[in-house]
Amino acid sequence: MSRPFVLPDLGEGLVEAEIIRVLVKEGEVVREDAPLLEVETDKAQVEIPSPMSGRVEKIHVAPHQTVRVGEVLVTFAEADAGPQAPAAPTPAAVSQREGPVPATPATRRLARELGVDLRTVAGRGPGGRITDDDVRASAAQRASSAIPAKRAQPASGGPEREVAAKPLARVGLEPPPLPKFEQWGPVERQPLSHLRRVIAERMALSAALVPHVTHFDRADITELDALIRRDLEPARERGVTLTLTSFLLKTAALALRDHPTFNASLDAEAGELILKRYYHLGIAVATERGLIVPVLRDVDEKPVLELARELATLAQRVRDGKAGLEDLRGGTFTITNLGALGGTGAIPIINYPEVAILGVARAREEAVVRDGQIVTRLMLPLSLTFDHRVADGADGARFAADIVRRLEHPDQLLLEL
Amino acid sequence: MVMGDLGRDVDVVVVGGGPGGYSAAFRCAELGLETVVVDAEQRLGGACLYEGCIPSKALLHVAAVLGEAERAREFGVDFGTPRISLDPLRKWKAERVIGKLARGLASVARSKGVEVIGGRAVFEGSRELRVGGDAPQTLRFTHGVIATGSRPSPLPGIAIDSDRVMDSTAALALPDVPERLLVVGGGYIGLELGQVYAALGSRVVLIEMLDGLLPGVDRDLVQPLARRCDKLFAEVRVGTRLTALRAAGETIEASYGDVTATFDRVLVAVGRRAATEGLGLQRTGVRPDARGVIAVDEHGRTADPYLYAVGDVTGEPMLAHRAMRQGKVVAEVIAGRPAAFDNVVVPAVVFTDPEVAWCGLTEGEAQRAGRAVKIARFSWAASGRATTLGRADGLTKLVADAESGRVLGVGIVGPGAGELIAEGALAVEAALTAEDVAATIHTHPTLAETLMEAAESLLK
Repeated sequence: MSRPFVLPDLGEGLVEAEIIRVLVKEGEVVREDAPLLEVETDKAQVEIPSPMSGRVEKIHVAPHQTVRVGEVLVTFAEADAGPQAPAAPTPAAVSQREGPVPATPATRRLARELGVDLRTVAGRGPGGRITDDDVRASAAQRASSAIPAKRAQPASGGPEREVAAKPLARVGLEPPPLPKFEQWGPVERQPLSHLRRVIAERMALSAALVPHVTHFDRADITELDALIRRDLEPARERGVTLTLTSFLLKTAALALRDHPTFNASLDAEAGELILKRYYHLGIAVATERGLIVPVLRDVDEKPVLELARELATLAQRVRDGKAGLEDLRGGTFTITNLGALGGTGAIPIINYPEVAILGVARAREEAVVRDGQIVTRLMLPLSLTFDHRVADGADGARFAADIVRRLEHPDQLLLEL
Repeated sequence: MVMGDLGRDVDVVVVGGGPGGYSAAFRCAELGLETVVVDAEQRLGGACLYEGCIPSKALLHVAAVLGEAERAREFGVDFGTPRISLDPLRKWKAERVIGKLARGLASVARSKGVEVIGGRAVFEGSRELRVGGDAPQTLRFTHGVIATGSRPSPLPGIAIDSDRVMDSTAALALPDVPERLLVVGGGYIGLELGQVYAALGSRVVLIEMLDGLLPGVDRDLVQPLARRCDKLFAEVRVGTRLTALRAAGETIEASYGDVTATFDRVLVAVGRRAATEGLGLQRTGVRPDARGVIAVDEHGRTADPYLYAVGDVTGEPMLAHRAMRQGKVVAEVIAGRPAAFDNVVVPAVVFTDPEVAWCGLTEGEAQRAGRAVKIARFSWAASGRATTLGRADGLTKLVADAESGRVLGVGIVGPGAGELIAEGALAVEAALTAEDVAATIHTHPTLAETLMEAAESLLK
């Protein structure tokens, strides 16, 4: 009797994953929990373990293929096939390991102290026993890993599953132990969601790895605002809501073409700057579950109206938890617009391994001196945060000035389309 | 709160002075927390010391001595017919055993600075406890530990008001040696106390509702004990339900199966029930289930962020050694250490003759789970030490993972099994392989060698 094995629910509303490697061959006999495939979701590489022991009858997927949750990955021929054999396994059963974790009580305590999940550690002691050395090696490997998202973790669980607390991947520094907060009053511990964990790890990585420097500027968007207001109704008739963000995307992409170091990634290992000849811009979207950055492709080539349309549908997909893998990666530069929430400015953390991020606060009418006269102008505060390893303050100032110039002269912006 | 009662603030209040409670309290004190134990009887030791593990083992020791004296005839030593005087026996149990251990616990508490307050404890909220008794007071605490233990379950559906129908607590007080004793329940309590009374001279009839003694325990281990009970007891009836008890003058008339018979006393040993009633838990976030059991996570936390629970109140297995480990874990969690009750096994022992002890995975569980295992059975008939003791009826059994050889479970039946199982528990807890056990030199000639021999048989 054959048993199909489908891509389990990956949690956090993710609906698809890309196959990175297939680790078994057709005809191979695998044990329960043995690694079957490696897949990549938006942020993490995940190893999918075999839900059962049996012979792999057919593999339905190939590397680089994108599969959706529920799609059949592998069909098993059961060794002890019988009429009582159940149908497709539930996703929750995927990561269940047989029996207890093989480690001594002292080793288990060490693992808790170092924040190592023993279920992810391969034991090298007799009979697969996990030793203190295995635990320390696992902790050290995680600490030195430049890309914490590569950390393999068991994929499992339906949406109703309780989130298990797992330690965050470390980025070099060993944080000192926390004080006993209980001594001052009661506390409650909440496990982090998958998304919160990914955000936390990536922000910590970026903040620890990248020397951030921020340049502030302000753009007079009185004319741009007038233009948006004027075109708002005609655009709406074409089913599009024109927003400042779509103009920000366009101006940033055009400025990036003139300042390619800000559309790059630093390969520290190779000692090279990787300049990207495409302009895919991420836009930070706040969702109920946390921050997600969907990516718009080839922003430099698309008209503003098209960008506004794409942005609206993409943001909706993200908020509905229906964003696919391709919606979330490949970005070269990020914009975060906090204007809707007020504030006078913010210094965002770079979306590593990008080089820069543009922070935008709320535009306000201000008294500005123009030609000796005090006039009321609509001023937009901008902050450009960038990787000081890649660019210097003067470079940042020039790049920011280019964005400001374009925002202040929307007529010229149209010529560049 | 009583008027004028200003209350008192402490770091930790432990409700219940049994093994779980005092273990938690001692460890809390060691870790620098001001700790108070509230115990209804103002004593440390709980049911374990006063009406459970300790007195039953004292009496079982007496039974074992009587059994050994009888067996000695086989090798030509006759002590004659033993004469048993209950008064000195009760006095020895109360003073030399329980009293000595109780004084020991009290002095440990003093040396660690743990205060024991007497009185019934009722939660006024998640951080406040009212203590009744002679000196009523209110305690406010940062962390509360519920360790109120369990008490014997009454017979479901049968109500009788007679001191001739005893629970385990009453039976351990040894009111007399009844001529005819009915034991209801073939679990560890019924078997242990049944053997005590049989050794003291009672004619014991034991009935068990399910179709075997020690339900749930590996049949290979139960069989030698069942044979011994057949010899010691007048009658053992499994698959038999008690239907009625009637007081008839100085006797009790019992109906079970198709029989109605007269007994001088009846011992009801049908399990224990978590003791969570009357604690005022409805004023906290803790909600015991229908059986009175409080659910906890691996850190001993209840649903109420201020309250922890350890021991029998957290459900099966209701064993003192589990409670003690839980108590230490909870104390460390309260002190902010990364502790967890992540124990793989809680070993269990029945202190009968022969003793039965086991830990970890059993053969039956492995079969039901479809898990590939190797089983070793080492009969004590091949053990030199067992032969010198005249006890070849023992068995040591090992369950190991078929592929890795990791020891997953151990079962032992025979005299001293309760001591021997400690090595089995260590092997499973530390994820040792059969080879690790086989290659460790065991002293010769001992019963412990049987573990080594069993492990060796898996290597072939």
